Amino acid sequence: MATDAPAVELIGIGKRFPGVVANHDVDVTIRPGTVHALVGENGAGKSTLMKILYGVQRPDEGTIRIGGTEVSPKSPTDAIEQGVGMVFQHFMLADNLTVLENLILGAESLHGIGDDARAELGRISERFGFGLEPDVLVEKLGVAARQRLEIAKVLYRGARIIILDEPTAVLVPQEVDALFDNLRELKDAGNSVLFISHKLDEVLAIADDITVMRRGTTVGTADPATATKRQLAEMMVGAELPSPETGESTVTDDVQLQLDGVTLVDEFGRHLLSDISLTIRRGEVLGIAGVEGNGQTEIVETIMGMRIPTSGMVRLGDRDVTRWHTRKLRESGIGYIPEDRQRHGLLLDSPLWENRVLGHQTRPPSAKGPWINRSGARKDTQRIIEEYDVRTPGIDVPARTLSGGNQQKFIVGREMSGDPVLLVASHPTRGVDVGAQAAIWEHIKRARRAGLAVLLISADLDELIGLSDTIEVILRGRMVGTFDPAAVTPQDLGTAMTGGEAA
Amino acid sequence: MNASVRLRAVGMALLAPFIAIVVAVLATTIIIAAAGSSPGDFWTAMFSNPLPRIRVNIVNQAAMIYIAAVSAAIGFRMGLFNIGVEGQYTIASFAAASFAGAAYLGGFLNVLAALVVGIVVGAAWAGIAGILKTTRGVSEVISTIMLNAIAVTLVGYLLNRYGVHEGNTVRTTKIPDSSRLEGFAPYEPRDGQVWALVILAALLGVGFWVLLTKTRFGFDLRASGQSETAAVASGIDPKRMIVVAMLLSGGVAGLIWMPALFGGASSYGTSFQVGLGFTGLGVALLGRNQPLGMLFGAVLFAFLTAQSNTLTFSTDISPSIVQITQGVAVLAVVVAYEVVRRWRSRLEQRVVARELEPAGAAA
Repeated sequence: MATDAPAVELIGIGKRFPGVVANHDVDVTIRPGTVHALVGENGAGKSTLMKILYGVQRPDEGTIRIGGTEVSPKSPTDAIEQGVGMVFQHFMLADNLTVLENLILGAESLHGIGDDARAELGRISERFGFGLEPDVLVEKLGVAARQRLEIAKVLYRGARIIILDEPTAVLVPQEVDALFDNLRELKDAGNSVLFISHKLDEVLAIADDITVMRRGTTVGTADPATATKRQLAEMMVGAELPSPETGESTVTDDVQLQLDGVTLVDEFGRHLLSDISLTIRRGEVLGIAGVEGNGQTEIVETIMGMRIPTSGMVRLGDRDVTRWHTRKLRESGIGYIPEDRQRHGLLLDSPLWENRVLGHQTRPPSAKGPWINRSGARKDTQRIIEEYDVRTPGIDVPARTLSGGNQQKFIVGREMSGDPVLLVASHPTRGVDVGAQAAIWEHIKRARRAGLAVLLISADLDELIGLSDTIEVILRGRMVGTFDPAAVTPQDLGTAMTGGEAA
Repeated sequence: MNASVRLRAVGMALLAPFIAIVVAVLATTIIIAAAGSSPGDFWTAMFSNPLPRIRVNIVNQAAMIYIAAVSAAIGFRMGLFNIGVEGQYTIASFAAASFAGAAYLGGFLNVLAALVVGIVVGAAWAGIAGILKTTRGVSEVISTIMLNAIAVTLVGYLLNRYGVHEGNTVRTTKIPDSSRLEGFAPYEPRDGQVWALVILAALLGVGFWVLLTKTRFGFDLRASGQSETAAVASGIDPKRMIVVAMLLSGGVAGLIWMPALFGGASSYGTSFQVGLGFTGLGVALLGRNQPLGMLFGAVLFAFLTAQSNTLTFSTDISPSIVQITQGVAVLAVVVAYEVVRRWRSRLEQRVVARELEPAGAAA
C-alpha cells in the first residue's frame, strides 16, 4: 500500500562526543520502498547517524520521524518496535548454534521456537532468495551467508526499514552482486533500505537516492541515474580521490624478510598456517589478499613474534628470527601498524607522548638506558605530529580523544620513526578518512622508494592492487596464488580469495 | 595547559576522595546515632588534639601502613590483585626476626641482612602466586589468599616448634642489643620513639614514584595494567611482567613490619601486629595507587585507629567503630571516583564541543 509519508526522516540531527562534533544539521529523507545510499568518507559521521536512528545513541538535537510519526528510540529495542533493523559490519552470530537458533535468539515470543519460527524463516528465505537452511551450524556459513542471516534476523523481527552498515566491506565482487539482487527483492516487497557505503561504484549500481555526508553534516543529495563518480567524490571530499598507484618499481635484490614453510598449529591441533613461504625484498611491497579469518592475523603475529611457528623458518635480513620474541624483533627494525589500533597500537587513556614510547620503550629517543627519556619522547612526538599532520590539541591529551584517522596517522608516524627495515601494515587505512588515507599511502610509497620492505595486509582490493609490487592470496592458512598487480582485477582476486566458489 | 585548566584538574582529582570522606563521616555518624550513642561525643574525641604518645604512634603506624599500600599498589598498577600482602609480610617478618635473632652478623650489618631476608622471603612467597598464574593460569586472588592461610599456619607451627617459650607466650630469639635501632623521641622519653626504619616508608614511596614514572620497567608495568593487548604488541612479555610485579610487590611487603621489629618489638611473637596487609590494600584503593594519595590515606587511617583508643575513656562507643569509617571510606572513594570521572568527561565534552563549534569540523 502506498503511503505519502517518507519511510524515515532525520531532521537537524546533532551529536557531540568529547573532542569531536560527530553530527550537526543532518537532514536525510528516505522514500518508502527505495534503496537509499548514505555516502561519505570514513569519519564523515555516517555510523554515528545510524546509531542514533537505531537507538544506540541519543541525539543532542534534531527530530526523527518514521512513517510520518515522530519517534525517539532510547534503545535498539525501541527502534526494532518502530520497524527499524540494523545489520552491523561485525556480525553478532553464535557460531555453535544453528541458523534457526540464531534467528530466534532473543525473539522467541514472536513466532515461538518451533514450527512457526521455522515456517517464518522459510518464508523470508524464499521470498528474498537468501537460501538459508534452518539447521546448519552458523560456523559452517561463509561471510555472505552470514550477512544474509543477519538481514533475515531483522526481517524476522518485523523490520521494514533495514540499515546496512558498509555491507560490502567483507564481500568479494561476486557476492556483492548477489547481495544487490537480494536488496532489489526487499525493495519490491515494500521495505526501505538504508545503505551506508563509501564505495561509489556500488552505490551508483544499487541506489535509488543518494545522500552525501561530509565532516558530520549532509552536504547534498544526488540522483544515481545522472550522477557520476566524480561528482559524488567531489561532494564527499571537495577534491579528487587520491590513488594508491605507485610509480616505477623500486624492488631491489636484497631479501629483507623470508618465510620458509612456516606452519602454525594451535593447541587444539588446528592448522592455522600451513607451509607458508614468502619473500619480501627491500623496496618491495608484498600485499596479502584474503577474506578475513584465513590466516592473515596469524602471519602477522608470527612475523611479530607473538606466535612461534610450529615448524618452518623466518628470516629477517640474514638472521634466523624464528624463535625471537616481539621486543627483539621490534628492536631489529620492524615497524608494526596493527589491524586494531585501539587494542594493539595505543594506550587510549595515556597522553600522546607516552604513546610515542609504546613499542619503542627500549630505544632512543624514548629511552635512555633503563630510564624513560621524557623530554626526548615529547620532542619526537611533536615532530611526528607536524610531519604526519596529526590533528590534536597537544601532546598531553589522551590518545582516546583523537579521531580514528589521526590516531592512525600518529601510529604510522611512530612506526616509521627509527628507520625500520620492515614495515608490517595490517589494514593500515581501515576506518580512516580519505585525507588521512592519502597521507598514509604517500608515506608508505616514500619509504618504499627509500628501500623499506613492506608487508601489506588489506581488505581494500584497490589499495592492495595500487600499492603492491606483488600480491599473494591466502585461503584457509595457505598461500593459493601469486598475482601481478599490473594485470590482476578485483574479480580475479575475489575468485582466488574464495577458492573459486561463491560463499 | 593554562592556569585555570590546571586548577580545575587538581580540583577534580581531589573531588573524589573528598566526597568519599564526607560519605564515610555521614555513615559513621548515622550508625553511632542509630546505636544510641552520641555522634557529637565521637567526633569530639576523634578530633581532640592527639596526645604526644598518640602522635608518635600515628607516625609509626602510618609508615607501616604506607609500605603495605605501596606493596599492594605495585600489583594494582599492573592489574594484579595481590591480596597476599598479609601472608607475605607475616612469613617475611618471621624469617627476618629469626635471622636477626640468630645474630650471624653483628650490629647494623645484622639489620641490613635481616631486611634483605625479609625482602627475599616476601618476594618468594608472592612469587609462588605469580608463577602459578603464568604457568597454570591460577587467579592470583585465589592463590594469594590461600597462601595467606598457609603462611600464618606455617609460621605458627615453626614458631611453636623452634621458638622461645616464655610462660604462655612464644617468640623468636630476641635480636641482640647491638642490632636495636635508636629511634627519634620528639617529646618526653615516655611518649615513645618514632622508629628509625620509618624512613623506609619515605624511601619506598619515592622509589615507587620513580620506578613507575621514570623507568622503562615502570612504563611496561603501567602499560600492561592499562591494556594487555597493546602491551604485548609493543614487545612486553606479559608472563615475565606478572612474575616480576609479584616479586616486587612481595619484596616490599616483606619490609612492612621491619620498623616495629627493630624499633621496639625485638622479636616475632605476640608483639607482631596483624592486619597491616589488609589495611594497606584498603589504603592503596583509597589513595588510587598514587604515592601522595596513599600517604594521605595511610596517615588518615593511622590517625583514626590511634584516636579511636581514646574513645573508651571519654565515651561509651567501641573503638572498632572506626573500622566502619575506614571501610566506608574505601568503598566510597571507588564509587566517587567513577562518578566524578563520568561527570568530568561530560563536562569536557561540552567544553570541547563549544571550542570546535565555529570550525564546524567533525573528526
